[in-house]
Amino acid sequence: MGQYTQLIWAMMKTGVIGFGGGPSVVPLIRHEAVQQYGWLSDEEFAEVFGLANTLPGPIATKMAGYLGYRLKGTLGAIVAVLAHILPSSVAMIICMSMVKFFSSSPIVQGMISAVVPVVAVMLGMMAYEFAEKAVKGLGIAVGIAFFIIAIVLLQWAQLHPAIVIIVFIGYGSVHYRLKASLGKLKGGRS
Amino acid sequence: MDWIELVWLLLGFLIANILGYGGGPASIPLIYEEVVNKYAWMTPNEFSNIIALGNALPGPIATKIAAYVGYDVGGIIGAIVALAATIIPSILALIVMLKLLQRHRESKIVKGISLLVQPVIAMLMVVLTWQMARDSIIDIGWLQTVIIAAAAWWAMAVKKFHPALIVLAAFIYGGVVLPLLA
Repeated sequence: MGQYTQLIWAMMKTGVIGFGGGPSVVPLIRHEAVQQYGWLSDEEFAEVFGLANTLPGPIATKMAGYLGYRLKGTLGAIVAVLAHILPSSVAMIICMSMVKFFSSSPIVQGMISAVVPVVAVMLGMMAYEFAEKAVKGLGIAVGIAFFIIAIVLLQWAQLHPAIVIIVFIGYGSVHYRLKASLGKLKGGRS
Repeated sequence: MDWIELVWLLLGFLIANILGYGGGPASIPLIYEEVVNKYAWMTPNEFSNIIALGNALPGPIATKIAAYVGYDVGGIIGAIVALAATIIPSILALIVMLKLLQRHRESKIVKGISLLVQPVIAMLMVVLTWQMARDSIIDIGWLQTVIIAAAAWWAMAVKKFHPALIVLAAFIYGGVVLPLLA
């Protein structure tokens, strides 16, 4: 098998067997890239994944794009990403178009309505996961303080989410330096 | 199809995805802000269906949302534009960063940024959860909302059923039971 065929096959497979969005697909991509085809070592994969995680945007497509680029350059990146996203994108367009086409029927309307509480639960569980990550990294007290600040800025001050994120990013870029100098201050006193 | 709509698609998906740290799911509330609140391409109910189907189908979630919204707004070209805005900037950033700054990953600045975005994403998700619940109560009443939500939570968090199964079950319940109550 040529490397292009391997790349397409691996990315297509991980694109259609992984459920639950990009983050849950990464272990499958790792399996293909490290164990199955040996494109890179485990350490290198971990390093790329670590860096990819610090960048915004969907994670699985970043990994697919990087693997393609590393093997075959720009064309490889394009091929890998397309193989990864096209099947699920087309399936999504077909499914949603069907839902829309039949949306005047009371049965389909019932189906559409019944799924809303399910989505609320899905989003609530995602909210919990992100909150858990924040508390793990920041500690409970600081974490809750930042939750309150975020909710006040979003709901009460009605700021656009992009602005709130930029404010938090701004503080985040000095967070560890601030923490270190606070630690030194405390250490100096005791 | 107006070409200016393509520009809005490009901008909307670009903004939602370059601010979403933590993979595709982190971008969902930001995409909601652009797609429902700002440009009104979708109603809240339509968007929740996109999330439900997106979670039921395999593959990355952010690209599935972009593909459908782009397609609905601007046909195949719209889908391509929305997908490109979603994935190209982050892939380029990764390749460039790996070439230039291998050491950057250890940087406290970068670590601080990706940590501090989490509380905002969490709260955006909470707000979106609340909006979905409220819309559902208005649509089908609080009793049905609570019954379906409780069953979904039990199946997902306690029983760890596959999301596709849960969405399928909700579709069946909604198709059979809700029309009888209406």
